[in-house]
Amino acid sequence: MIGAGNAPGPMDLRGSVARRRREAIIRGLFMAAAGTSILISLLIIASLVGEAWSFLSRVDLSTLVSDGWFPRRGRYDLATLISGTLVISAIGMVVAAPLGLAAAIYLSEYASPRRRRFFKPILETLAGVPSVVLGFYALAVLAPTIIQPLCGNNSLFSMGAAGLGVGILITPLVASVAEDAMHAVPLSLREASYGLGARQRSTSLRVVVPAAVSGIVAALILGLSRAIGETMIVAIVAGAVGGSQFTINPCYPGQTMTAAMTALATGSDQVRGDALAFPSLFFVGLVLFLVTLTLNVVSERFVRRYRRAI
Amino acid sequence: MAGQPATVRLSPAQEAVRRALEGNRFNVGQLWFQLLLLGSLLVVFVVLITLLLDVLQLGLPVLLERGVDFLTAGTSSNADIAGIGQGIFGSLLIIMFVAMLAFPIGIGAAIYLEEYAYDTRLTRFLNASVRNLAGVPAIVYGLLGLAVFVIFLGPLTGGRSVIAGGLTMGVLVLPIVVITTAESLRAVPQSIREAGYGVGATKWQVIRSHVLPYAAPGILTGSILTIARAIGETAPLILAGGVLGGFATRPGTGAVETLQGPYTALPLIIFNWSRQPSDTFREIAAAAIIALLVFILLLNATAIYLRNRFERRW
Repeated sequence: MIGAGNAPGPMDLRGSVARRRREAIIRGLFMAAAGTSILISLLIIASLVGEAWSFLSRVDLSTLVSDGWFPRRGRYDLATLISGTLVISAIGMVVAAPLGLAAAIYLSEYASPRRRRFFKPILETLAGVPSVVLGFYALAVLAPTIIQPLCGNNSLFSMGAAGLGVGILITPLVASVAEDAMHAVPLSLREASYGLGARQRSTSLRVVVPAAVSGIVAALILGLSRAIGETMIVAIVAGAVGGSQFTINPCYPGQTMTAAMTALATGSDQVRGDALAFPSLFFVGLVLFLVTLTLNVVSERFVRRYRRAI
Repeated sequence: MAGQPATVRLSPAQEAVRRALEGNRFNVGQLWFQLLLLGSLLVVFVVLITLLLDVLQLGLPVLLERGVDFLTAGTSSNADIAGIGQGIFGSLLIIMFVAMLAFPIGIGAAIYLEEYAYDTRLTRFLNASVRNLAGVPAIVYGLLGLAVFVIFLGPLTGGRSVIAGGLTMGVLVLPIVVITTAESLRAVPQSIREAGYGVGATKWQVIRSHVLPYAAPGILTGSILTIARAIGETAPLILAGGVLGGFATRPGTGAVETLQGPYTALPLIIFNWSRQPSDTFREIAAAAIIALLVFILLLNATAIYLRNRFERRW
C-alpha cells in the first residue's frame, strides 16, 4: 500500500521536451499546408480584382454595351457573353437534368446489383472523359447528326452543339450527386410507403425524391455551375473565335465568358491586341468567378440541409 | 450493408400474396416508368459507345500506319508528319509537378484539417475555402497562373514555361487532393487512434503508423484519379502559356532550360488539331485522343481496381 505521505508528486505525463517540440513542428507544417488554400484563394481574388479594376477604370463604359464582343476592336458587350453562356448552359441543363435524375432514380431505386455494376462504371468513365475530347465528339458527331438537321444550316459550329456537349459532360455529375442524396434516404421511409400499399414508382417519386429534394437541387445547381464554367467544349464547337455578335439563337455560333477568355489567349499564342484586351480577360474571369462561387455556395447550403434532415 | 434497398426480390409466398392483391394484371405504368429510367441510362451508354467508336474509326488508322513515329514526332503544321511526342513529354512534366507539389501539400492540409484542427471558426473557414476552391472553374485557375506564375514570377519561372504550367495545374488539383484525402482519413475509425493514444503514442506517431497506413489505399486511389484529371485538363494551360502551335525542341538543352522553356501538353494538341478545318488534322486529333484516353482509362481502371481490392468495411 502506498501511504498518502510518501506519494510522488504529480507525474508529468507530457513526455520529453524534445518529443513535444517535434510534435509542435509537425503540427505547424501541416497547418501551413492547410493555410495554402487561403493563400490560393487570396491570390485568385487579388489577380482577378487587380486587372479587372484596371480594365474598368480605363475602358470607355459605353463600349460595354454594344452589338457584340470584339475585344480586339474595343467592343466589350458583356450581354453577348452572358447570353451565350446562359443559352449553352440552359441547353446543357435541359439535357443533363432529365438524363441525370432518371439515371440517379434508376441506380438508387430500381437497379439490381448486377445492373448497377454495369451502369455505374459507364457513368464514371464518362465522367472521366476530358472536356476537350467531348468537344471533339460534339463537333464530329453531335453537330452533324443532331444540330445540323434540326437547324438546317451548313455551319458545324453552333451554340446548340456546344450545349449538347456540355449536357453530356455534366450528366454524370448530376447523376452521382443526386444518387448520393437518394441513397441517404432512410430505408424506413421506403418501407413505410410499401406498408401503406404504395408501388415502387409512387415510392420513388413521392417518398424518396421529396425526401432527397435538397440534394437533388444541389446536384442541379452544381451541374449548372459546372456548365457555366465549362470551357473547352464551347471553345471548340460554339464557333465565334475572334468575337461574336449578340445572338441567342442556338443554331448560330456564339461566345461564352469562358470561350471568350480562351479566344483572347489563343488568338496569336499571346494575349495581345488592343491594350485593354488583356485586362478584359480578367474582368470576364472575375464575373465568371463570382457567378460560379454564388452557385456553389447556394448548392452547399442545400446539401447541408439534407445532411441535417437525415 | 447499405446496398440496394428498394429492389425487392419476391419469395414464392410473397409472389402469391402479390398475385392475390394485384391479380394477373400486368402493371403497364410501372413498366413504362422503369423503361424510361433505363432508357436514360442507355442514352448515356450510347453516347459513350459512339464517342469511342468515332474516335477509333478516325484515329486508329493513323496510329496503325504511323505507329511509334506518331507518338514521338514533334508538332508540325504538316498533318502527315505531326506527332504528339512533345505533348506527351509536357504532360508527363506537368504530372511531375502535380505529384511533387499538390500531393504533399494537399495530403498535409487534409491531415491538419481532419486530425489536428479543432472545430474553430478558423477551421471552418479553411474547410470552406477548400470547398470553394474545388468549385472554381478551371479556366479561372488559368488566369491565376497567367497573372502569378507567368507574369509576376516570370523571372523565376521563365514566363510561359513548363514551370508556370505545372504550378498552375498543381494549384488546380490541390483542393481535390485535400478533399479526397480528408475522406479517406475520416473513414479510419476513431478506435484505432484511441488504441494508439492508449499505449502512449503521440499524435504524429498515431497518424504515421496507424491512421495513414489504413487510409493509404483511399489516398492512393484519390491521387490516381487526380492525375487522370490533370492529364485531361486543357483550359488553364491555354492561359498559363501552353503553346498551341508548334515549337522546336532543341536537343541537348539542360534540365533548367527545358523547364523554363516553352511547352505543350497532350490535350492542348488535341484542342489545336480539332479546330483545324482539314480532315487529316481531324484524323490525327482522333489518334491523339486515343492516346489520351488510353492514359486516362488505364489510370481510372487502376483506381477502381485498388478501391475494390483494398476497400475495408469497419
